[in-house]
Amino acid sequence: MTTLTNQEETITLDTFTRGLWKENPVFVMLLGLCPVLAVTNTTMNAIAMGLATLFVLVASSTLVSLLRKLIPKQVRIASYIIIIATFVTMVDYLIQSISLDLYNALGAFIQLIVVNCVILGRAEAYASKQKVSTAIINALGMGVGFTIALLCLGVTRELLGAGTILGFQVFSTSFEPWIVMILPPGGFFVLGSWLLLFEYIKQRKQQTHLNVTGVVEHGS
Amino acid sequence: MDPDSLTFIFINAALSNNFVLALFLGLCPFLGVSAKKETACNMGLATMFVMLVSSISAFSINWLLIEFNIQFLRLICYIAVIASAVQLVEMVVKKFSPTLFRALGIFLPLITTNCAILGLALFQTFREYNFLQCLAFSLGAGVGFTLALLLMAGLREKLELARVPTVSQGATMSLMLAGLLSLAFMGFAGLGSGHG
Repeated sequence: MTTLTNQEETITLDTFTRGLWKENPVFVMLLGLCPVLAVTNTTMNAIAMGLATLFVLVASSTLVSLLRKLIPKQVRIASYIIIIATFVTMVDYLIQSISLDLYNALGAFIQLIVVNCVILGRAEAYASKQKVSTAIINALGMGVGFTIALLCLGVTRELLGAGTILGFQVFSTSFEPWIVMILPPGGFFVLGSWLLLFEYIKQRKQQTHLNVTGVVEHGS
Repeated sequence: MDPDSLTFIFINAALSNNFVLALFLGLCPFLGVSAKKETACNMGLATMFVMLVSSISAFSINWLLIEFNIQFLRLICYIAVIASAVQLVEMVVKKFSPTLFRALGIFLPLITTNCAILGLALFQTFREYNFLQCLAFSLGAGVGFTLALLLMAGLREKLELARVPTVSQGATMSLMLAGLLSLAFMGFAGLGSGHG
């Protein structure tokens, strides 16, 4: 990204979609890995975590973008963190009131959204320089990309680790669950495998591209 | 073993519920600064110090918050305290070891957004530890974090000599290694059994 000056982007489809694939916070930028690995042992937890992060991301990006001319440069990081912490507190109480089971399953990880680098990264690198509408759309894209990544891991881990998806039995009872997938090591292995898959696809694409045109295009 | 005893809390935080390998806290520095053993060790020690300071501060702040019945401000207070603690460490490191300051680079201020620190403060509040238990918990967590970082750095130094397929270089390989380490740490799960 080359935003050297305070250039404001115009809204294009790319503003939204880059968070989904090209700059996916988890699979490409490897940000915010703690919740990605910690709460994806079931699909339900992954969805809840994804939505909570999405909300905080969009809300804080909006506010940061609104206040971008008011916040002095020296104290901006502290201000961003306070803004994020406020929204996280709201989500924390909201989930507590909706479902206590879910709240207990996610544990401290809801409050730990505060230190999710994806959110602070968006506030610092994007929302603080852009118009409100652009910032919201970009944050939405990033949040959805993050949720999809969580879902990828959650579904894989629950399917392999318990043979179910969202609690419904998928495999027959003769399937021996790979317990390790629900346990911590499984998180590392599954994320590693997804990265391996994407890297493989990327290299295959580059290879065919090379064969067709004979030119390699380097992305920024 | 008594789950409230100081030894149990220490061992639990350092080994059987290792912050990085079992609870996935503090993964950014774990994957980011674990390329060399020396930097990894220093980073671990810096984090341990911040953990100790913020654990003590969080304990006192929580007491104050309960006294005034404003627990909903807990998260905001904790994060402010951690940010100041990191600032303190940064100043100390810059003064006494400029070389280390340069080696740690961006990862020093980033301790603020290290989930291990905030996680520590939140866990000790949820589990209602007393002051001594908090100390044991933060020390254990710090030792565990340093240990994980050192082990990872050692593995990655060796890995540089190995021939890895191009597809799985970089982050993928680090994650697989972390998975294996985590698997190894599962072996500690029996230590002080009776823990849920």
